[in-house]
Amino acid sequence: MIRVVLPPHLRKLARVDREVTLDVEGEVTQRSLLDALEARYPMLRGTIRDQGTQRRRPFVRFFACEEDLSHEPPDTPLPEAVVRGAEPFLVVGAMAGG
Amino acid sequence: MSGVRVLVGTRKGAFVLESDGKRQRWDVSGPHFGGWEIFHLKASPADPDRLYASQGTSWFGQLIQRSDDGGKTWEPVGNRFVYDGVPGTHLWYDGTPHPWEFARVWHLEPSLTDPNTVYAGVEDAALFRTTDGGQTWQELAGLRTHESAHSWQPGAGGMCLHTILLDPSDRERLFVAISSAGTFRSDDDGRTWRPVNRGLRSEQIPNPTAEVGHCVHRIAMHRARPDVLFMQKHWDVMRSDDAGESWREVSGNLPSDFGFPIDVHANEPETVYVVPIKSDSEHYPPDGKLRVYRSRTGGNEWEALTNGLPQRDCYVNVLRDAMAVDALDPCGVYFGTTGGQVYASADAGDRWAPIVRDLPAVLSVEVQTLS
Repeated sequence: MIRVVLPPHLRKLARVDREVTLDVEGEVTQRSLLDALEARYPMLRGTIRDQGTQRRRPFVRFFACEEDLSHEPPDTPLPEAVVRGAEPFLVVGAMAGG
Repeated sequence: MSGVRVLVGTRKGAFVLESDGKRQRWDVSGPHFGGWEIFHLKASPADPDRLYASQGTSWFGQLIQRSDDGGKTWEPVGNRFVYDGVPGTHLWYDGTPHPWEFARVWHLEPSLTDPNTVYAGVEDAALFRTTDGGQTWQELAGLRTHESAHSWQPGAGGMCLHTILLDPSDRERLFVAISSAGTFRSDDDGRTWRPVNRGLRSEQIPNPTAEVGHCVHRIAMHRARPDVLFMQKHWDVMRSDDAGESWREVSGNLPSDFGFPIDVHANEPETVYVVPIKSDSEHYPPDGKLRVYRSRTGGNEWEALTNGLPQRDCYVNVLRDAMAVDALDPCGVYFGTTGGQVYASADAGDRWAPIVRDLPAVLSVEVQTLS
């Protein structure tokens, strides 16, 4: 089971608690994890990745195992601790004013 | 008993204000979608319980919300706004070609007859339509692929399609307005478009009378007279009596002919409202006095409406989608400010009172008249 922590606005949108768990088929990458997340919570489509380009939205960050994975290519395998469920994959709204 | 429901979009959520036909006591609900920008929300004329809202932030992009119970509960619907085909380019601020990029939905205009059909005006300027209650959106690409589109250029607020008018007497006719390209009309249900800007004069563009390039801020129509249009341009208040074929200036005695919203009295097609604003770049009321101006002669002769509005030290703005009228008699007029006030007049503008004073900056105001 992959554990994913969403930021408060997206938890409210998806009507979930702080952490969600996902089954991800095949190799666990940013892309496959987000595909599984959006398949289970379709209302999240477009909020983390652009609907057209599928690129990460500029003010969204991906953290895991105390590392910033935001700039990793989307098909890079995620850390083994995330795959095992020992550590969560964090979707974070970047700090910004307003 | 009749009543009204005022739908308010703000920088940090949506609010629903309800009253009976007297329009003196108000119930306020919200914030809905707290923390999100609500650029616009509007009800279907064909089903008063069906509402649509444009929700977004710079962080998490664009969402569309739908309510089937008059705004009590909401469900997210489709938010995939993808330009048809290869989008091409328009001009960027520096005059270089820039690819069309979707940023947000500025305006939602539900069909006059079908609750499941809604038009969406977006930035970068294009028109989308849903016919399944918002689940899927298709671009009406004939507008964005108009032969002039490569020369369109954004205004300071972005290249937005902010106004959509549906002709109640002709289902095939639509008007849209784009900042800063101008007004366009379709006579075939949105398939093809042509600019209708003859008579506009804008000193801020190289050719002041060009066919396109005008910064139109808002256009308005009375349902009973769809060939008569009123326009608040970046400068100048304009009028057309021939469905946009030609325009003439009707700014008359206004203290400033700059402003954003313009609207028409629901029961008097020659009575028009604007909110003069000081510009360039100040974008607050002249002399610190918040005044709505009303013309009962279809323009040119304007009277200041001040009773109940702050007449000193007021430096708010009223944005283009932030004024609306109800259909009661006497007609109610409503507007919201960037200072978070929503003012209402239950007597066509003679007297005003705030419904709320301390909302986040108001982006849009719409009114439903309920029976």
